[in-house]
Amino acid sequence: MSGTEKETGFTFTIDGVEIKAHAGQTIMEAADAAGVYIPRLCDHEGLRHQGSCRVCTVKAGGRSVAACTQPAAPGQAVENETPHLTKMRRDLVEMLFHEGNHLCPICEASGNCELQAMAYRLDMTEATKFPYLEPCRALDASHPDIALDTNRCISCGRCIRASQDVDGKGVFGYVGRGIHRRVAVNGENLADTDAQVSDHAMSSEVCPVGCIIRKRVGFAVPIGEREFDKGLIGHEIEEKRK
Amino acid sequence: MSELPKARIATASLAGCFGCHMAILDIDERLIELMKLVDVDRSPLTDKKKFTERCDIGIIEGGCCNEENVHVLHDFRRNCDILIALGQCAIMGGLPAMRNAIMHSDAPLRECLDEAYITGKYIRNTTHNVPNDPALPLLLDEVYPCSQVVEIDYQIPGCAPTGDVIFDTLFKLLTGKFRGFEREMIRFD
Ligand code: SF4
Ligand code: SF4
Ligand code: SF4
Ligand code: FES
Repeated sequence: MSGTEKETGFTFTIDGVEIKAHAGQTIMEAADAAGVYIPRLCDHEGLRHQGSCRVCTVKAGGRSVAACTQPAAPGQAVENETPHLTKMRRDLVEMLFHEGNHLCPICEASGNCELQAMAYRLDMTEATKFPYLEPCRALDASHPDIALDTNRCISCGRCIRASQDVDGKGVFGYVGRGIHRRVAVNGENLADTDAQVSDHAMSSEVCPVGCIIRKRVGFAVPIGEREFDKGLIGHEIEEKRK
Repeated sequence: MSELPKARIATASLAGCFGCHMAILDIDERLIELMKLVDVDRSPLTDKKKFTERCDIGIIEGGCCNEENVHVLHDFRRNCDILIALGQCAIMGGLPAMRNAIMHSDAPLRECLDEAYITGKYIRNTTHNVPNDPALPLLLDEVYPCSQVVEIDYQIPGCAPTGDVIFDTLFKLLTGKFRGFEREMIRFD
């Protein structure tokens, strides 16, 4: 795309609010810049878009699309916070709780976890209609500085992209298919890989949940002062609009 | 305005740590306000073991780990108009449900009992048996959340939920003003 084309601005609307965008921007990128928050789990700033969790689903021209991968288009009317979309997102998040083993009271990430924070934002308080699958998943504490508790992994692939694209390593990758698809490490266990705690993939912002654990760090921040004790997920983006 | 007739509430602790009942006491001095609105029927707080009347609200702490829990839960569903699951154990099994997914085990319950009574490194159990007195309630294969056993009307999240969210929910339900939870009050831990 030429420089001039990139600078060519246009507008579209999200829930009736006019949003500025330029060619090549996704709906989510334009929304973020305009201070409109679209819920997301697999997308993360600085990482390649993957479009797999579908929590960011919006309606554009009557069709359901992933806001993190769908390019913004001039004049488009996008629906974001409608009761229907919120319910669908809540169902998706609820299913993630049911697919893994999410025992928040004993989790190191509790209070800093994006999945949990999304459940708060989407009012996940109703009696559940899905069965808990309670899979038996592996725990890998072999590495001196890092542990993996895959019971909490939501297969967002953020660690895969961070390790590959930012760290240039490829410590993580997917194995298996469908519901059996899991994140695995490039070796017998984590201690066998060239993973280092200083890798971007291991930083606290990459894994949205309590799967990648930095040893001797957990529970350092008291309840009440953790990230999502202080505000709803997405509030920093929404505050840009005020 | 004439005073409303008092509502009846009942509470029970199933497979939980009793922390949620302790959290009810965190309502502190507002308990006086609450007690103006309710009479407490069957509950560990009154030590009444059986329902004396039909209740408006039943509050359940803990999930179902044994057959007695299931009986109690059914009894509550039969005798209460509204049933509330209080805390993460009642909502999703909580900490007791950790035994459902013991890694690499085909029989998690068996493995859990063996570890606790026979093979555990620090166990001193001269009988080398898992307790099996007929008076002990039969353990279920898994720990079940309340909503998987009976229909639950409301869930108050938290481990334990704060006195604030418990008071707020009960007060609003009793005065007909409950419209869902305030977002700041939703906590799973
Ligand atoms: S990863 Fe998040 S949702 Fe899962 S148990 Fe931990 S805090 Fe709860
Ligand atoms: S380990 Fe964390 S970052 Fe990686 S896929 Fe699982 S949840 Fe996502
Ligand atoms: S939810 Fe927490 S406080 Fe309540 S019974 Fe379970 S472990 Fe105890
Ligand atoms: S954030 Fe768009 S699909 Fe996950």
